[in-house]
Amino acid sequence: MAKAEKSAPRFELDRTVVVPQLVGKQEDFLFIGGLAGTAKDLASITNDGSNYYGMAGAMGAAVSMGLGLALARPDRKVLVATGDGELLMNIGSLATASILNPPNLRILCVDNGHYGETGYQKSHTSLGVDLEQIAIGAGIKSTMTVETKDQIAAGARMLRESNGTCFVLLRVKPEDGPKFKRDMDPSSTRVRFLQGMKARS
Amino acid sequence: MEATTEDRWQKVVYDTLKKNGVTIFSYVPDAGHRMAIDLSLADPDVHSVALTTEEEGVALAAGAHLGGARSALLMQSSGLGNCINFFSMITGGKFPFLTVLSMRGDYGEGNPWQMGMGKAVRPILDAMGFVTVEITQKDEVERAIDAACTMAFQSGEAVAVLLTQKLIGAKKF
Repeated sequence: MAKAEKSAPRFELDRTVVVPQLVGKQEDFLFIGGLAGTAKDLASITNDGSNYYGMAGAMGAAVSMGLGLALARPDRKVLVATGDGELLMNIGSLATASILNPPNLRILCVDNGHYGETGYQKSHTSLGVDLEQIAIGAGIKSTMTVETKDQIAAGARMLRESNGTCFVLLRVKPEDGPKFKRDMDPSSTRVRFLQGMKARS
Repeated sequence: MEATTEDRWQKVVYDTLKKNGVTIFSYVPDAGHRMAIDLSLADPDVHSVALTTEEEGVALAAGAHLGGARSALLMQSSGLGNCINFFSMITGGKFPFLTVLSMRGDYGEGNPWQMGMGKAVRPILDAMGFVTVEITQKDEVERAIDAACTMAFQSGEAVAVLLTQKLIGAKKF
């Protein structure tokens, strides 16, 4: 079978602008953030709020953690933000999320093509690996790539309105997330999240 | 689901976890958990989550806790090695956590490939700060799982239940 022609990936958008646009009204979601850039993206958007649990280790855990939360709270939209490096470390988690397919789980992969925390070494996505294609292969029905400004509105709509687990790949410039000093204590932020759940229920 | 006399204790594992409020069962398949996996798949009141690697189940349990649900990770002891880095989130974050391990590389093992991880299970659990509960007799199963659930979900500990090969029997080669 002939392969469809694909244009080269574009790593041009600014994550500090586009991630907030994709999320929209943050109060509508429970958030799980991976480590490094995506943790800062979400901490900045939520002002390190009680609807957000972000990591600074356990690389590869974000999607699975979001899946557990989505299964436990089917009444709430759960948005996981993960980076390309983090997702590559546990790519099988897409297969697991896909077969469960909770309608309230949204996965946003902020792909800057690099391991930013460790000195901006190229990740596999700079070298030809396409994470949306992997998500499709894992069986996730709603997927899209956002790499130009005119795709942002559709990406935001998918994250907000999808009726099954969805996957949005956001390609961005190889730059850090927003500067934000967040609480990095895994225990106090756990308690903060639980208190937030209690207050909202 | 019909349990034979041989694997009735496996049904007790499932029933006792469920009695203790576990609603999310995650697993990488193993013969020692065959009955519990089948029961979770057939049970409309629980989520039965097949994993690609055991570490997913560790993060899944943490997420379930954030949403107020109780989860149990069922795995063969060889899968413990795949989980170690994620355990740092469990103990560092003081997440309640329960895993039930069917042992290989243990009493009477005949496959030399299993011995390395089998011998490392207890030191790993100690190093990662777990409470370990070992089961060697069929009539201990219910009490031991009850005790493990209490330590995990009431005291907030990371708890591993070992279904030892004295209980399961060693696979013949």
